[in-house]
Amino acid sequence: MHTLISQFWQLTFSGAVQGFIYVLISLGYTMVYGVLRMINFANSEIFMVGTFATIVMSRDILGHQPNTPNLHGFTLLYSMLFCLLASMLASGVTAVIVELVAYRRLRSRGTNRLAPLISAIGMSIVLSESVSLLTAGRAVIAPELLHKSSLFTILGANIRVDQLLVFIVAPIMFFGLQRFVNHTRLGKGIRAVSMNEETAKLMGVNLNRVISITFLIGGLMTGAAAFFFETVYEATKFNIGFNIGIAAFTAAVLGGIGNIRGAFVGGLVLGLLETYASAVLGSQWKAITVFVVLVLVLLVRPNGLFGEAIQQSRV
Amino acid sequence: MSMKTTLSNFNLRDKGAKVWANWGRPQRTVFAIAMIALAGVVPFAGNYSFSNFLNTPISNFADVLVYPVGMFVLMSLGLNIVVGKSGMLDLGYVAFFAIGAYTMAIFGKWTHLNTWEILPIGIGFAMLAGVLLGIPTLRLRGDYLAIVTMGFGEIVRITALNTQKIGGPNGMANVPNPPSIHTPIGQLDFNIMTPNSFYWFVLLLILLTIWMIRRLSVRRPGRAWEAIRQDEDAAELMGVPTLRYKIWSFVLGAGVGGAAGVVYASKTLYVSPDTFTFNISVLILSCIVFGGIGNIWGVVLGATFLAYLPERIRFISNARQLVFGLTLIVIMNFRPDGILPRKKREKFIKSGSEAGAK
Repeated sequence: MHTLISQFWQLTFSGAVQGFIYVLISLGYTMVYGVLRMINFANSEIFMVGTFATIVMSRDILGHQPNTPNLHGFTLLYSMLFCLLASMLASGVTAVIVELVAYRRLRSRGTNRLAPLISAIGMSIVLSESVSLLTAGRAVIAPELLHKSSLFTILGANIRVDQLLVFIVAPIMFFGLQRFVNHTRLGKGIRAVSMNEETAKLMGVNLNRVISITFLIGGLMTGAAAFFFETVYEATKFNIGFNIGIAAFTAAVLGGIGNIRGAFVGGLVLGLLETYASAVLGSQWKAITVFVVLVLVLLVRPNGLFGEAIQQSRV
Repeated sequence: MSMKTTLSNFNLRDKGAKVWANWGRPQRTVFAIAMIALAGVVPFAGNYSFSNFLNTPISNFADVLVYPVGMFVLMSLGLNIVVGKSGMLDLGYVAFFAIGAYTMAIFGKWTHLNTWEILPIGIGFAMLAGVLLGIPTLRLRGDYLAIVTMGFGEIVRITALNTQKIGGPNGMANVPNPPSIHTPIGQLDFNIMTPNSFYWFVLLLILLTIWMIRRLSVRRPGRAWEAIRQDEDAAELMGVPTLRYKIWSFVLGAGVGGAAGVVYASKTLYVSPDTFTFNISVLILSCIVFGGIGNIWGVVLGATFLAYLPERIRFISNARQLVFGLTLIVIMNFRPDGILPRKKREKFIKSGSEAGAK
């Protein structure tokens, strides 16, 4: 308890950073759930692919070594930008492949709800095991692109440059996505499908395309999260997606799965809670705290904090 | 509607059911005894040249038949009561397995009770956990229930991991074996050298579970579960006390998982939190959906196959999980209702009305 009080602002800041990473990943769950009413079980592996894409880009393509002397100015800028794009692209493409392989055929046949879940689990095993074979199951270290120097101290909280980057850029990406869903033609298509698939089809919405694009956007956001994760933690492994995937899914449910604004609040609340809980109880109990809170929230508000659906006006 | 028999609508279960319906009591009894006897001699299959293709490289065949194969069949049958019969998605089934296993380890080491005495205690604790989890959470539906049960599975595992009293991350070693059983035809030992006796015991548990499910299915609880699965609101309106029957199905499933846990702990002599991961819950769910959700024989077949496959192809060591994942994708895409789907009343009604329209 003492740590929580003495380092409150420090914990709040790092919790928020962690939370923003969750926000972006939980979009991968929530967008897909919004249109398909199905859990995208492979999203954790989509995240994992993104972390590896970041490393492949910075280490193998741009040729930065793990012990690279710190980059500056233009080199730093384009390295980071390329890594972000690589990660987003890899995750986005993986998400579209997941949709094609695991969901499309089953969806067109209108089968029971569990069959796509199992084929998505199969897809997630295939992805993580392929990467495990390629990396011999070992952890991979990312080159340190951005030197983790402390910028300034505010209210006793030490603001690190990498965390500040996440703190600023992740919310911008989130609000960009929200604008996209609310104000573009494609976004309208996504909202229409999430309200009623059949009616949307009758109104001329190309269902397959909209669903593919939903997966793509979810993948892009998850990929961005993977890049931010690598910027802060600089290491990955074939099974890295598992725990973070569960946390992000919990965040999505906490806010109300299928609800974009809910994902933002859910992710942020979860990140903060996790950090506070590990300060009070020790980090080994943080997962339990999260689940207990989730159960309590669901008992009071069975549809999450913000209710279901991308568009709230769904009956 | 053309009568094409493709891979995806061929239904062995319905064919089998037709044959079964035409049989009289003596034929059914003979068939059932023959099948049980056949299942009983499976551990010896590895010894003979005509059946030794079944042998598993690296691991001992009879051990594989106990864990994973036997255990997975047992747990899949238990989870099938929850997911298949009453249609609730439970992603934390491993918790009940863990509770059974830890009950065995704790009571076996700290008291003088033996495995046969601990078995009912383990089942009882698992069922109690089922009630405690069920009462607050079974009001939730679908995917919310899924995540809460998943959370429960993780809570049990993390609690075991962080409680030093029960070994923490190291788990508990030296769990006692079950004592021998004296039968008229000889003594049945249970130790590391006799995997066959464990197999027969698991087989007995499986048969008891199948018997229980079959009895319940044709009586009030079975009808209530079927109604809940098809439409919970309609069931409630028709006067089915849905919450009570949902808790019942949850608790029965939990009891079966607890029994599997007790046997597992006294077979392997060692329990550790690493065994009870989320992956096991997912795997058991896969067994059910893969085999044919809701249908006992499909579940048995699916669990046998999915538990056995990774052991059989152990020679491709690292890639075996990859093959496992690919198998799931391919089978689900071509047979989304599983290998042996459940009987579909709705299907008959639908095809009947379409034929009438012609």
